[in-house]
Amino acid sequence: MSTFPISIPRPVHPTGIWNWITTIDHKRIGILYGVTAFIMFLSGGIEATLMRLQLAGPELDIVSAAVYNQLFTMHGTTMIFLAVMPLSAAFFNFVIPLQIGARDVAFPRLNAFSYWTFLGGALMLKLSWIGGATDAGWFGYAPLTSVAQNPGTGIDFWIISLQVLGIASLAASFNFIVTIINMRAPGMTMMRLPLFTWMSFLTAILLVLAFPVITVALIELTFDRYFMFNFFNVANGGSVVLWQHLFWVFGHPEVYILILPAMGIVSEVLPVFSKKPLFGYKTVVLAGAIIAFMGWMVWSHHMFTVGLGAVANAVFTVTTMLIAVPTGIKVFNWIGTIWGGSIRFNTPMLFSLGFIAMFLLGGISGVMHAVSAHDAQQQDTYFVPAHIHYVLFGGAIMAILSGIFYWFPKYSGKMYSERQGKISFWLIMLGQNVTFFPMHFVGLDGMPRRIYTYVEGMGWEFWNGVSTGGVFILIIGFLLVVVNIGRHWKNGEPAPADPWDARTLEWSIPSPPPEYNFEKIPIVRSLDDWWETKQGLDYKEVPASGGSGNEGHEIHLPQPSYWPIVAAFGLFIAAYGVVFNDLLIPWALAAVGLTIGFIGVYSWSLEPVNDPEEDSTN
Amino acid sequence: MHSSNTKLIRFNKIPKTAFLLSLALLTLLLTACYPDHNQSTFDPQGPVALKQLEVFWWILIGGFIVFVLVEAALIYAIFKFRVKNESDIPVQTQGNHKLEIIWTAIPAVLLIILMVPTIQTLFYMYEAPKTTKPEHTLEAIGHQWWFEVRYPDPTNSEKEIVTANEVYIPVGYPVAINLESVDVIHSFWVPKLAGKTDMVPSEGNFMWFQADEPGEYYGQCAEYCGTSHANMKFKVIAVPEPDFKSWLQAQSNPALESSDPLVQEGAGVFKSAGCTGCHSIKTVVNKGSKGRVGPNLAHVGSRRDLAAGMLRNSDENGSVNDALLQKNLRTWLENPAEVKPGNLMSSGAQVYTNPDKKLTEEQISQLVHYLSSLK
Repeated sequence: MSTFPISIPRPVHPTGIWNWITTIDHKRIGILYGVTAFIMFLSGGIEATLMRLQLAGPELDIVSAAVYNQLFTMHGTTMIFLAVMPLSAAFFNFVIPLQIGARDVAFPRLNAFSYWTFLGGALMLKLSWIGGATDAGWFGYAPLTSVAQNPGTGIDFWIISLQVLGIASLAASFNFIVTIINMRAPGMTMMRLPLFTWMSFLTAILLVLAFPVITVALIELTFDRYFMFNFFNVANGGSVVLWQHLFWVFGHPEVYILILPAMGIVSEVLPVFSKKPLFGYKTVVLAGAIIAFMGWMVWSHHMFTVGLGAVANAVFTVTTMLIAVPTGIKVFNWIGTIWGGSIRFNTPMLFSLGFIAMFLLGGISGVMHAVSAHDAQQQDTYFVPAHIHYVLFGGAIMAILSGIFYWFPKYSGKMYSERQGKISFWLIMLGQNVTFFPMHFVGLDGMPRRIYTYVEGMGWEFWNGVSTGGVFILIIGFLLVVVNIGRHWKNGEPAPADPWDARTLEWSIPSPPPEYNFEKIPIVRSLDDWWETKQGLDYKEVPASGGSGNEGHEIHLPQPSYWPIVAAFGLFIAAYGVVFNDLLIPWALAAVGLTIGFIGVYSWSLEPVNDPEEDSTN
Repeated sequence: MHSSNTKLIRFNKIPKTAFLLSLALLTLLLTACYPDHNQSTFDPQGPVALKQLEVFWWILIGGFIVFVLVEAALIYAIFKFRVKNESDIPVQTQGNHKLEIIWTAIPAVLLIILMVPTIQTLFYMYEAPKTTKPEHTLEAIGHQWWFEVRYPDPTNSEKEIVTANEVYIPVGYPVAINLESVDVIHSFWVPKLAGKTDMVPSEGNFMWFQADEPGEYYGQCAEYCGTSHANMKFKVIAVPEPDFKSWLQAQSNPALESSDPLVQEGAGVFKSAGCTGCHSIKTVVNKGSKGRVGPNLAHVGSRRDLAAGMLRNSDENGSVNDALLQKNLRTWLENPAEVKPGNLMSSGAQVYTNPDKKLTEEQISQLVHYLSSLK
């Protein structure tokens, strides 16, 4: 203790709000991620609704051109970075340690830091609406992001908040990689990992490799904007195509970062509700790994019209078509999983089945893009938003909803209303098809994307009107999800430990799990070990001491800490200062932020392992 | 048609019923409610767009079949294997190697087949036919938010003829187009003639197409390029080659002078109000010259549209209607930001930014008469 300069003891059994602020429990952090990301998802939905209202008919004037352009930029950025990614992170946090039989993640305080940093980045991006958000598109193509084209701070908010979000994602990814490699229960070999954990592991690796690319691109852009560098300034020899390469070398693996966790969730839900193991576990794992690997070889299919030449386009045509093969394998194996099963149609199962049906459509329109000769007609038309929404809404969001209902008993300790869940499924299923399917038609009918208005007589009015109508079905569907989750979280029936007769370890412990998760660490003997146990295989556990012989030892858990949020807060203040780089006060603000951040990290590293009152160090 | 003499596998080899069925379905869906589909990709009017559509039919029909089969299997399984008895435990099948190899191989083979026409068409798109004449090579340059179009001057190889937002081409001849941009990335797209190619600043791009029938083809910028991206359109006007030649000749001559006093006064306002700072009324302008900031106005009175496809000046048959033209010029000059939010003229020209220099009603009338006289 004597080496610790700031003598603030570790919080001991905090309650109420302090409990949430200082928590380093992966389950609570998972809930924080989930709730925050879901609110962000709703905010992105509001942005989308405004856009759809503007496009409901020709030459409407609900929002101005400038606001519309900000809306689509913020909608894309929000849904990808503030909604789908952190919703996946919520499941990583809550589920992975439980599935691998661990008591927490490898670095619990770093985990808390990831969340608070994510929250800071998210708030920063959303607050940029005050004073004008970025309108350069979520892809931020140079030179639209240059000072000459875009002098406002909207772009700077976008750049800096993405950097902050990148820090959060990287910290979280390293944490999960180390957790999955090091903290598995005895006997939990890699090929006995539940599929969701496998896909999360691949996602974390992709993130660690992909984010540095966008970080570099954003730093280059920052230098162009702040210090008159010329990376993307063609007047002085820069290249605007360079940005596109950097962005999509990040951006395409990012697509798999969004979809692999979704595939993982579905691969958990389908076996449980079919009462059968996943069909071809090894193949599905391998297919996921191949997707993660090949995801690096296809980025230029976003650039088929940039003029890279016939040879380059032919190469990326081949790789892009080939990546459809492992994706197809997964779809077939999922159908193989339910084939011959005993299918129960609970809400999570409905969403997972909906995922397969919708994702298949998105996959096929993806192959249509890969037909690069015709992609020249599809590129930058509504055909592309149609595709991306079948993949990310029909795919990722459906799987996430499946996960929200599947693990609801576990994280809330309550049961949701099955009836409301099923109604919301059908509303969302109908709503998304009414909203997104017509986009295929208007796209092939020549309607470019990212236009804030269109004139009558192009043949686009009818399907745009239908599309806008679908949004309202979606809104009702999602309101019902919110009501169902919100009300039953508070007043639902208490959930049993294993309501679904499931297969993985998280269902072997009470709902909600105690803080320490596993009273005794299980010994894993097979894939779907918990299912095998229920079928009569002997259940084995390691005693709480980890087999050291000291059986009277209490369960050893890391304790809450003040410092992750302090460090994240410092980073947030510093980032806010950097955005307004043209004045002295912001730079002073940045300095203050960095100081706070430094104090946070310093105190964090010298914090005592346990609080002194709990004499557990001997 | 051009496609009949190529090696490409054409869509008449695709099973006829499937083809007709999909065609009928799509036509129904696409045309059910509105008759005008000026930018439909299903109505190719030249060989490039046709080839692109042909290769699309392969994946459209193939994808449709795959979709139906897989969804059918999914739905069959859902109905067939629904729970009958809660306590039943089905056979715990772990997988089946033979099956998995089959459903890996089949999609792989199908995709490899699909690559063949795709890549053939790709190379077809990327190289203009050898028969393309040098005088049928033109240049399109993207500006925020309009298109500059430049032709080689038939009388002087050193010079180029400049126009804006209208691309005249000869019917039945391949036309080569060099693409450039002066500011941000735009994309040049005439759906009925060819897929789009981006206009990338300082990285010249290339495309070619051919119109098989005379007529007017709608085009629109397809790459998001800032505030008024939605308002950046153009037209390709395909005319018989002799007409094309005489059009080019007319473009290289200045507009006929008018003795109308209103026009004369308008010419004075055009200079005194500072319009010449950005707009040229010369017909032949080299790239280094000034007057390339805004669209060239040498023959603005003869164009079918004003403000890059925003305001229609012409009748159905394409001939300019003077009353319409004057009304449009007035709308534009009174408040250009209303027509095209964010445009450079409304934010940069003194007559719009400085209330003291605001154009009077009279000056606007004079300008309208002057500009509409530039035929």
